[in-house]
Amino acid sequence: MPRPLPLYGLMAEFDTPDQLLAAVKQARADGYRRLDAYTPMPVSGMGEALGTNTTPVAWAALAGGVFGGGGGLFMEWYANVVSYPLNIGGRPEAAWPAFVLPAFELTVLGATIFAALAMLALNRLPRLNHPVFEAPRFSAAEVDRFFLCIEAADPHFRPERTRAFLEACGAVSVSEVPG
Amino acid sequence: MAEGKSLPADLSDRGVTAQIAGAVLHPPGSGWAWLAVLGASGLLVAMLLVSIFWLFFKGVGVWGINIPVNWGIAISNTVWWIGIGHAGTFISAVLLVTGQHWRNSLNRFAEAMTLLAATCAAMYPVLHLGRPFYFYWVIPYPNVMHVWPQFRSPLEWDMFAFFTYLTVSLIFWYVGMIPDMAALRDTATGRRRQVVYGLMALGWRGSAAHWARWRRAYVIVAAIAVPLVVSVHSGVALLFAVGPIPGWHSTIFPPYFVLGAVFSGFAVVVMLAIVLRAVFGFRDLITDRHMDLLGQWLLATGLMTSYGYVMDAFTAWYSAEPFERGTLLDRVAGPYALSYWSAVVLNFVPLQLLWLPRLRRTMPVMFAVALAVTLGMWFERYMLVESALSRDFLPSSWGPYVPSLWEWMLFFGLVGFFLFAFTLFVRFLPAVPIAEVKEVLHEEREE
Repeated sequence: MPRPLPLYGLMAEFDTPDQLLAAVKQARADGYRRLDAYTPMPVSGMGEALGTNTTPVAWAALAGGVFGGGGGLFMEWYANVVSYPLNIGGRPEAAWPAFVLPAFELTVLGATIFAALAMLALNRLPRLNHPVFEAPRFSAAEVDRFFLCIEAADPHFRPERTRAFLEACGAVSVSEVPG
Repeated sequence: MAEGKSLPADLSDRGVTAQIAGAVLHPPGSGWAWLAVLGASGLLVAMLLVSIFWLFFKGVGVWGINIPVNWGIAISNTVWWIGIGHAGTFISAVLLVTGQHWRNSLNRFAEAMTLLAATCAAMYPVLHLGRPFYFYWVIPYPNVMHVWPQFRSPLEWDMFAFFTYLTVSLIFWYVGMIPDMAALRDTATGRRRQVVYGLMALGWRGSAAHWARWRRAYVIVAAIAVPLVVSVHSGVALLFAVGPIPGWHSTIFPPYFVLGAVFSGFAVVVMLAIVLRAVFGFRDLITDRHMDLLGQWLLATGLMTSYGYVMDAFTAWYSAEPFERGTLLDRVAGPYALSYWSAVVLNFVPLQLLWLPRLRRTMPVMFAVALAVTLGMWFERYMLVESALSRDFLPSSWGPYVPSLWEWMLFFGLVGFFLFAFTLFVRFLPAVPIAEVKEVLHEEREE
């Protein structure tokens, strides 16, 4: 007898983002914690309903801005005042007004790079394979279908009960995602 | 949005994907027209390479620049190109931060335009160097000579501005495109396309947690791209405003240049939008309402630019400074009158048609006005840069400037490069953002 495949979770398909959002809220209220929704476009309120914390992205951007701007200003001062001071046009060695624009550009550069990298790192991307891609009809998640996956790793997960719960939420179909 | 919806009510999510991804995966019509455009612009790219080769081989003396006018159309074109780029970031970032959802149909190709125009602009500062192979000396790095670039020059600032602008635009464009790459990966049928778009999508799966962080990062980058746009073109304006030359040394230049930049950029966006609508049939996505709003923006930024013209002339007269007044006279009635009045007429006369809502929705009129503005802004940059240099403080150092054939070849070669790369872009990447258009669609449906 073949061993049963390990289960990643149950994937429910919904017609509209509103039904999905209601199902996510209901699942969270019922005590499910390891779940994720998959949508073709950002749905406002979905991240909050799932309890996603996006603040680290903002902190990363701030850190990148401080690093870029502070580092840039320090570099300009060090180069023109400490490392090799030169009299150029009779202007002061520490020409702060002139240092502003490069430092500002480096602030923007640092904040952008840090924000983008933090977004990818927190999302664990790039990751080209993922169990949810094996769910039937999942490719429609990038077109016009809305999915909710409750993972088998959730302590609250029971195959029959969870399936019944998802169907009660109005799912068009519920399918198993092999792990 | 009280003034109406930007997308038709009968448009479906599936229809949006089919239209945008279809333009990439199953391009309409035969491939001949596309190949013809690619080939024609490819010839211009070849001309660009020839003119760069000759420039590097013989030196900058092959250009028409001389000792009073040592910044020729190389520099005025830099300003023109980078200015065109600014509307892309303006649409992407400023309109995102201010919650203008109609931007969602326009931002992708506007960002592509930014990236390409900024690339064209960024070539000139290296090409016009007498010794371009030492261009890396403007980049600060610890070296065995113990020398640093000096940070008091706007040319040095512009290295930072251009480098940052290109990098940030690229990141913003790519981050915005990750979800659309996933949509292309999942709708493509050929294996090769699935692999290529799959790699570019980085494994995006539309997870709500991912969307939340994506949105946060996207908005943060947009919010800092707003001051970036202003600073980049202000930095470009400071190339002139920081110098002592009459006709350049003006405090109005930074905002005046930024507004002119957004003005010319919107004009190019209008032309590209009209072409995309016609070629790909994107009338459901880039609707008449989008064109109407673009026309309003063009009119608004144009009127602000015209205010800059008036104030620039007024302060020159009001300064009672003979050299400032002399430069103004050169522009209005002297050897540069042709470029001055070309700029005034092309920029502001056809523009007045856009007061009429009906004409803002008439594509031939919009295209003609946008083309006039694009040319007019070219004349403006030319007039501002060259007229000030050719006749300034010492009459013994007055001299004319006539761009040489090599300068024109380089310029038209860059226009070809822009068209070549943009033609490739619309063929292989989604010209309109798929996910963001659907977001607007759902929002408008709920209202």
